[in-house]
Amino acid sequence: MSERRGAVAAGLLSVGVGMSLLPMIGLPAFYESFLYLVFHWIALATSWSILSGYAGYFSFGHGAFFGAGMYTTATLTASYGMPFLLTLPLAGLVSAALATGIGAVVFRVKRLRGELFGLLTLAITFVLATIVLNTRIDGGPGVYLLGVHVPRLVASPTGTVYLLGLTLAVLTVGTSYVVGRSRLGLGLLAIHDDEDVAEVKGVPTFRYKLSAFALSAGIAGMAGGIQAIYVGYVTVGETFSITVPLYVVLMSILGGARHWLGPTVGAIIITTSLYAFTGGESAVLGRAVVALAMILVILLLPDGVVPSVARQWRAWRSRRSVAVDKRVTPSVLGSTGSFAPDGRARAAGSVTVSTAPRGDAQAALLDCRELWKAFGGIQALRAVSLRLDPGEIVGLVGPNGSGKTTLINVISGHYRPDRGRVDLRGGDLSSRPAHEIARLGVSRTYQIPRPFAHLTALDNVALAAIFGGGDARTARIEAAGWLEFTGLAARLAALPAELNLHERKFLELARALAARPRVILLDEVLSGLNPAEITSAIRLIQKIRADGTAILFVEHVMRAVLELSDRIVVLNEGTVIASGAPHEAMRDPHVVRVYLGKGHAA
Amino acid sequence: MPSLTLLGQSVVSGLLAGGLYGLLALGLSLSWGLLRLVNLGHFALAFLGAYLTYQLGTAFRLAPWFSALLIVPVFFGLGVGLHVVFVRFRVTEFTSLLVTFGITVILESVIQWFWTADFRRYETPYGTSSTRIGPLFVPTLDFLAWLTAAALALATWAWLRFTYVGKALRASAEDPEIAVAFGVNHRAQAFVVSGVSAAYAGVAGVYIALISTLAPSQIWAWLGVVFAVVIIGGLANPIGALLAGILIGVSESLTMAVATPAWAPLVSFSVLILLLVARPARA
Repeated sequence: MSERRGAVAAGLLSVGVGMSLLPMIGLPAFYESFLYLVFHWIALATSWSILSGYAGYFSFGHGAFFGAGMYTTATLTASYGMPFLLTLPLAGLVSAALATGIGAVVFRVKRLRGELFGLLTLAITFVLATIVLNTRIDGGPGVYLLGVHVPRLVASPTGTVYLLGLTLAVLTVGTSYVVGRSRLGLGLLAIHDDEDVAEVKGVPTFRYKLSAFALSAGIAGMAGGIQAIYVGYVTVGETFSITVPLYVVLMSILGGARHWLGPTVGAIIITTSLYAFTGGESAVLGRAVVALAMILVILLLPDGVVPSVARQWRAWRSRRSVAVDKRVTPSVLGSTGSFAPDGRARAAGSVTVSTAPRGDAQAALLDCRELWKAFGGIQALRAVSLRLDPGEIVGLVGPNGSGKTTLINVISGHYRPDRGRVDLRGGDLSSRPAHEIARLGVSRTYQIPRPFAHLTALDNVALAAIFGGGDARTARIEAAGWLEFTGLAARLAALPAELNLHERKFLELARALAARPRVILLDEVLSGLNPAEITSAIRLIQKIRADGTAILFVEHVMRAVLELSDRIVVLNEGTVIASGAPHEAMRDPHVVRVYLGKGHAA
Repeated sequence: MPSLTLLGQSVVSGLLAGGLYGLLALGLSLSWGLLRLVNLGHFALAFLGAYLTYQLGTAFRLAPWFSALLIVPVFFGLGVGLHVVFVRFRVTEFTSLLVTFGITVILESVIQWFWTADFRRYETPYGTSSTRIGPLFVPTLDFLAWLTAAALALATWAWLRFTYVGKALRASAEDPEIAVAFGVNHRAQAFVVSGVSAAYAGVAGVYIALISTLAPSQIWAWLGVVFAVVIIGGLANPIGALLAGILIGVSESLTMAVATPAWAPLVSFSVLILLLVARPARA
């Protein structure tokens, strides 16, 4: 991987240096101006994709941040005489602060995803435009920057703007590449696929979204600052028009919003094709053509140009390499392709260390005390208490709607209890966000598997390993070990959609194990499996316990409950009605009545 | 502090402006609530209807209600056609926003191509007529628009509430798969909804031509306000759309009376933002 990173850095640097030499050798001013526009759109589109491409939070408000930067530079230079170059970082800061303020409110509201987030950011653009228009920032007539001194870095007057645009574009693409391969980027991709699961697997979703939003807006603000000098005359109508949000969305989608280089390719294609329609009536036509292109791309190439080309390229290369040596190494392993068969032993071995009972073995590992949870008028949990010792398997049973899944959701932090506490080795979990609970060693599976749809099986598990507190460098090797442990060694490179139900259930389990939990919550992992698969799953669960992990499992398959559980806890209508050794608890008259009806109780 | 008459007059004009907001919101609310498609193109369609009314009225001296008779069926067909594309390419709630964003830009360009970017005003003999109630003036056309909005909102409500088609549509919006299992042909009814929604845009367009000044860029001016109305009114809730339209209309015109007109856009968008953030469960 680091080899590739070096190649990308070298490539970006040589393009940057090469292009920066152009003004010195006397590039005609017209080309400087045209290339500046290309850089301008590369920076804007790429910055947009850092939040909207990676995390899938489509913003129609990029114009607001671009405009905030533009007006920051315009006001500071024209009204306060501040040197132009000094205003650029300030333009970025103002926009980033604006995004942080908006994000701090908006990202707390779960329902504001998808199209509602898009509409909200569009509304924010209109509000900002109204404020700028009606206050001293603009006041109506617009701001002239013709008298502002622009330092000459090269001989030609347009050269400075050109160089600034180039620098920002190169830095932005570099930033997007680094973010895409960082923890932050992996977390953002997971948020794109399933935000709730990402949080439960340990991704600090709120912080990540806010960072990406601020970074994206800050770059847009700086692009706005440079643009203010380029146009020389800033008006509300032009600045906050629909052009910026329309073009950045189109460029990113055309090129591939989830690929670091996608927006760049999209920006080059669109800016160049728009150039063909400049001036007079054909500008109207140009806009219509761009809009039509956007519609066609969304309908026909939903992934964008760059990912499609990259897929073709990989397919072609793998066909070639098969022809050469008839052996395919899983490309997902990258340069760690030397994955040895003893990976499983290593991964499983280290789990034993991290999950072995620590300190006082007498104290409960997980202790739920008097948990209450209501949804509107429905009381889902009533004073539920439950303890789990290290290495213990507790079966949680009860009729449908008795509160089993709610209890798991409360322990894993998806819901906050109305009253009561959850202690893990003495520390209270009940007021912590889900990603911290995951990092403290509580891991869960979902009854209906919820893998991250755009990540391979290996990456799904590696993500859980990284955000569960593991080492990012060895995460993929460990993940491969866990996939082998759950019998999925052959499916490393598969996308979740290619797996059958049985395999997805085991992927869910591998993902939970990769976080090296001290407590694992299994929500009906066996449902829908055939008897032979249940037998192998029971063996797997016994193996997990042998490593010292405590298991709380919700199950309807009675054979598994009786075979696995050290203890069972029976829930009915949110209350614990029995607990104890499996066969005794199941013979409890109360339990029999709940399960089979009154007649059988006697 | 403005006089009581001025305040009263601004309440009346806000009330009436709310009718047009509600009329535009009605079609949007139907397709978003029942088809899970967010149709930004609704505004462009309305303006296309407005320009057609203008063209037929000025060049061919065609009375606006006659234009409406032509526009409504044609737009119904356009709505059905749009939905054919959506179904063919399996457009989701989110991509519908992007696709119709593109459609809006195309229609804006088409309008600008034919009618230029200049402001146009459709002058009619009854354009300035009004009725006097005490010290307050009620403009006839605005009042007609309001009556039309109220009548359509009521009719749509009754359609959804009492007919088989309406019930089937509401069931499909709740859970398409289950509805299909009970024999509801969602696809056939979806075309009807899309057509009705576009026809409503056409009706709104006729009134936009009669009441306001036309310019291609005005398409975007309505967008934020009407979306605020749709979300406040509740999706697929015709009466809610009308009431929310009135609420926004009145608060906007009061802002214009108390502060300056330039601040008016701030009201609707702020209400929308506050509502999205504070009460997101409605949408």
